[in-house]
Amino acid sequence: MSVDKNINPIIRLFNVSKRYGAKLALDNVSLDIEPGEFIFVSGPSGAGKSTLLRVLYLAENVSEGQILIDGMNLARVSPGKLPFLRRRFGMVFQDFKLIPSRTVFENVALVLEVAGESQSFIRKKVMHVLRTTGMEKKANALPPTLSGGEQQRVAVARAVVGEPSIILADEPTGSLDDKAAQAVMDFLMEYHKKGATILVASHNLHLMESTVRGRNIVLEEGKLKTTSTML
Amino acid sequence: MIHFVQKALADIRSNRFLNFITIITISLSILIVSVFMLFFENASRIIEVWNQGGRAMIYLEKEFSYEMLPRLKETILDLGEIDEMTFISKDQALDKLKNEMASRTDFFKTLQSNPLPDAIEIKMKSHGSFEQIQGFARQIESLDMVENVEYGQGWLGKFLNIFNLFKMTGYAMCGLFLLIALFITANTVRLAFYSRRLEVEIMRLVGATEGFIKTPFYVEGLFQGFIGGVLGLVILLVGYLTISSGMAENLAAYVYTDIQFLSVKAILTLLFSSTFLGWFGCYLSLKQILK
Repeated sequence: MSVDKNINPIIRLFNVSKRYGAKLALDNVSLDIEPGEFIFVSGPSGAGKSTLLRVLYLAENVSEGQILIDGMNLARVSPGKLPFLRRRFGMVFQDFKLIPSRTVFENVALVLEVAGESQSFIRKKVMHVLRTTGMEKKANALPPTLSGGEQQRVAVARAVVGEPSIILADEPTGSLDDKAAQAVMDFLMEYHKKGATILVASHNLHLMESTVRGRNIVLEEGKLKTTSTML
Repeated sequence: MIHFVQKALADIRSNRFLNFITIITISLSILIVSVFMLFFENASRIIEVWNQGGRAMIYLEKEFSYEMLPRLKETILDLGEIDEMTFISKDQALDKLKNEMASRTDFFKTLQSNPLPDAIEIKMKSHGSFEQIQGFARQIESLDMVENVEYGQGWLGKFLNIFNLFKMTGYAMCGLFLLIALFITANTVRLAFYSRRLEVEIMRLVGATEGFIKTPFYVEGLFQGFIGGVLGLVILLVGYLTISSGMAENLAAYVYTDIQFLSVKAILTLLFSSTFLGWFGCYLSLKQILK
């Protein structure tokens, strides 16, 4: 994928470090991500992939350095503004993070409910997204009754339903078989084609190489080691 | 708002046992408080009757003559607080006594002179507390030609002292029970919150504001408080209807008035208090959890 160098980066990291006690999870990471890029963050377990995503959606504060999202300095985001910033992200997790007591429809609809959308809009939009992810028939099912692959497709549907400009996926295929993993990646690629910036943290390099056309960022012991383009 | 109410009702349904315990605790606390209020309201009315609605008799000295009456009346009126004033001469008082004791005519024949004093019966404008009446009576007693003022200062005063002591104990117990209900409500919200921790975490991740997250808990607290209050009052009403008729018959000889259920004002106060209790318990809990 080609990136227009005249476009301002949508995500910028300046010398970002994150410490957990004595352990340095991110060590002086600087990175620019252009709008519409597909970034694959790889590296061994404990390399700092998840931490990188967590500091981006402000689940954690950085210990040092600064992060800009679309020009907005995350260090200056007040607690009251944080929910509005998070609505710009769609997030996918390895453990799905679906509410077990809510149906598939309700889990996906939550994103639009918190944004204050009308019920008629929510119904229409959620059913459309569930149709595109192949989960329409399971709209009234509860997550614990679904397979891992189905749950992750629901999580992806939830991530994209609000049409965010950035998708952060932390090991989205980590607990899935190859077929389910491929389906999830295909869907993320489809959404990427609409112009979204996508960051996927995973150690499944083989799957990424067979799917992703984008940039591969390798982290090791919290340090940014290499950046390469996957064709 | 409909969304939050629906969400709160769904949460109550999914945590039935926990909510049931909270509602029962609130209703029992409200029941205890309302029993005290029922007692105090009726006791106050009975005392009012016993106190004859703030009436007092001013007994005048032997030296009093009818010519002195206008000035004395004026002096008493100047003290304020007088609603009605009736002079009862000693002859009128004796006639009234004779009428009331018509069967004891022998006794009246032995009387060589009228032993009764002239008197003025007064009704005070405000007679809210015994202390008020007492203070006013003392002022009248200090006037010329006034021998003494009778306003039930003997047994009624002692009864009121006991009543006030009981009232204070009642207030303390009510406060204690409301406090217990408050802590239990706060604890229920805390447990409900922890049982939905994943849900709250996910809500935050997808951009829910704190208001969006907290409101269903508050609505739930308000429901618990209101339903608990209504339940407590219903139990009180059933108890009242069951025992009041028999009680009224037994006490009729002493109290000269019906035992009444709580006034509308008291019912509304209790419902407001219980609803507030539910809300405040929720507020305390969420403030601590989400700080």
